[in-house]
Amino acid sequence: MVSSAIPGTGRFARGLHPDDKKSISAGAGIEVLPTPKSVLIPLLQHIGAPCEPAVKPRAEVRLGQAVGEAKAFVSAPVHASIDGKTAAATVTTLPNGRHVAAIPITAAEEQSLSGQALWEDIYGGQWPTDGLGSFDPEQIVTAVRSAGLVGMGGAAFPTHVKLTPNEKRPVDTLVVNGCECEPYLTADHRLMLEAPAPIITGALLAARAAGAERIIVAIEDNKPDAAEAMAAAAEGTPVQVAIVQTRYPMGGERQLIPAVLGREVPTGGLPLDVGVVVVNVATAAAIARAVIRGKPLTHRVVSVTGEGINQPKNLLVPLGASYAELVAFCGGLADSAGRVIAGGPMMGFALAELDVPVTKGTSGVVVLTEEQLRRAEQTACLRCGRCVDVCPAGLVPTKIALAARHQDWETARRYYLTACFECGCCAYVCPANIPLVQLIRTGKATMPKE
Amino acid sequence: MPVAPGPHIGTGRTTRRVMIDVLLGLVPVFAAACWVFGWYALMQVGICVASCLAAEALFTAMRRRPVSLGDFSAVVTGVILGLSMPWRCPVHVDVVASFVAIGVGKVIFGGLGHNIFNPAMVGRAFVTIAFPALLGAGGYLYTGSGTPPTDVVTAATPMTVAKHLAAGKAGQVAGLWPLFLGNVNGSLGETSALACLVGGLYLCIRRTAAWQIPLGAVLAVAVIAGVGNLLHPQAQWTVLHHLLGGALLYGAFFIATDPVTSPLTPRGKFIFGAGMGALVMVIRTYSGYPEGVQFSVLLMNATVPLLNRWTVPRPVGGPVPAPKAQA
Repeated sequence: MVSSAIPGTGRFARGLHPDDKKSISAGAGIEVLPTPKSVLIPLLQHIGAPCEPAVKPRAEVRLGQAVGEAKAFVSAPVHASIDGKTAAATVTTLPNGRHVAAIPITAAEEQSLSGQALWEDIYGGQWPTDGLGSFDPEQIVTAVRSAGLVGMGGAAFPTHVKLTPNEKRPVDTLVVNGCECEPYLTADHRLMLEAPAPIITGALLAARAAGAERIIVAIEDNKPDAAEAMAAAAEGTPVQVAIVQTRYPMGGERQLIPAVLGREVPTGGLPLDVGVVVVNVATAAAIARAVIRGKPLTHRVVSVTGEGINQPKNLLVPLGASYAELVAFCGGLADSAGRVIAGGPMMGFALAELDVPVTKGTSGVVVLTEEQLRRAEQTACLRCGRCVDVCPAGLVPTKIALAARHQDWETARRYYLTACFECGCCAYVCPANIPLVQLIRTGKATMPKE
Repeated sequence: MPVAPGPHIGTGRTTRRVMIDVLLGLVPVFAAACWVFGWYALMQVGICVASCLAAEALFTAMRRRPVSLGDFSAVVTGVILGLSMPWRCPVHVDVVASFVAIGVGKVIFGGLGHNIFNPAMVGRAFVTIAFPALLGAGGYLYTGSGTPPTDVVTAATPMTVAKHLAAGKAGQVAGLWPLFLGNVNGSLGETSALACLVGGLYLCIRRTAAWQIPLGAVLAVAVIAGVGNLLHPQAQWTVLHHLLGGALLYGAFFIATDPVTSPLTPRGKFIFGAGMGALVMVIRTYSGYPEGVQFSVLLMNATVPLLNRWTVPRPVGGPVPAPKAQA
């Protein structure tokens, strides 16, 4: 039974609803990617400090063995995602443009886990919902931390930091984010359909760690089958399933928390400030795996979709597998392919080359065709205010972007440059085709700190 | 593979498409003008569009910038200007108005997107002052001998009648039905309230025009005229006459909604519209002009930077907190 008894209205102000294109891959059941010949494990796959290498070159490593250690609090260790042999660390460029150190692993002939056995090990079997009281909060946080868990919705913020209780700011509600508001992406959708049980178990554990009494799984109303599956799995537990409006960017914390709970996260603050912790559904499932089975984060579900890919699929892939491997397994790029995007088409990054590793925050690979790309010529701002009409943060994007372009920091501050979270709604609607997000992002990076 | 920043998809709507939308919204108004004034509507609009395009080409070439006729903004200015003219306006007045509109109203500021005042209204205000006889009340009346081109042009415009009544002279007030349909004398595009509503609502639904502007204008006129009616219950010129007569609806839907010269924020847009409506009432009631849309729009254009500044929306989650002082 899907419950709708939530304090919020299920909506947020402004935002937009692009054609979601979910049907391209929503029907494709999750397939396990055959073990690649090699993977490349970046030592920084999250927000925070990079890991230090924990293995020597030419060392034999087993699936799940730590290859990078987190020394800082806001950091997360990384683990081998296949059995194999390491090589000397190299540097790779992640889709977001960061150059990071990475450890290559060449696959061994014999893999301990692959195919269906791997799926069973990660998401299959029984997931308890009773007796979780035997895990104390500290134990859960420790397990989550050593498993290298980070937010798998895209932001990749270390999960143990969110779950560590803070005496000054008690948490009363855990929101499990199953919105998947980016167009095209269906990885979370498929996971909710095919593995709802570990998500529920993970949610119960996360709530226990954070001290939350109320647990709400929020799902957009374009995925009724996922909501049904989650509600069935949540039967007999305190977990509530709430349907929210399908509207981009519902999956953003600053939109989801008002929609579900009617609480507004203060600008410059965190969900914690209003007593809320938000975790993505895939993260919740990984929490269950870390705590119940003691296994680290080594694999994730990735949608490979779009009009420019020959066989759209949802794949369970080892972290560090290259995008080229995923694309090849999906029948390769169509002749019409014009751009390959890591993540969704609104906030994702275009790939210059496909020889880049999948990381913990990679939710999808979207291949767009040449005709679909926003390619019109840039014209002067008409001051039409469409960007103002859609900005979910309630900003005036054109003023901020043009102030940033002219390095007029006083104006940029007056219009709250730093409150922008770069969802891209403004640039999506701009008839003058001004790269508003890019200008604002550059502005944030170059604005002098007071 | 070539990369570019996100978002990687868009609506596909361009500046040119926005301008084409405005032209589509003007179709009913132009059709009504042709119905009421015959070939005169086509002629006036044609001359203004041709002159605006010529002016745009000339002035942008003089600035050594690429000539941008393809964005259709000069066509929009030409159509809006042409439809704001009296039916019998001489050709040279149209040409002067168009060149002033594009040259002084737009290109001098740096072209589309940079101008402060509505270009069409700059051009029209210039000729209103430069050729008062041709754009005043007499400019609308048929004075020749023989059969007039259409019936309506033998009568004074409804706004002139209203002015006469207010001055205590005699006059026949136009019926509400003719004012609604448009078979009265007046500027080409303003006579049919119905056509303005149909085209204007299309623009609002397409979000090519911001609905807050016409709403603010209509509400302001309705409230002020309503108070006037309560004070003078015997007046023949009622609230509905104020709303349907003259250029209020044409101005509120097609002129004030020019995005470049109106505010960015929803609240600013409403205040802008309301201010325009209030100024229209002030000019209609107290000035020597029978109608005041062009001056109202120009005056409100000047307030836009202030309105933008005063109506910065509150971000979701409140303003950015001030950085903590270093201890």
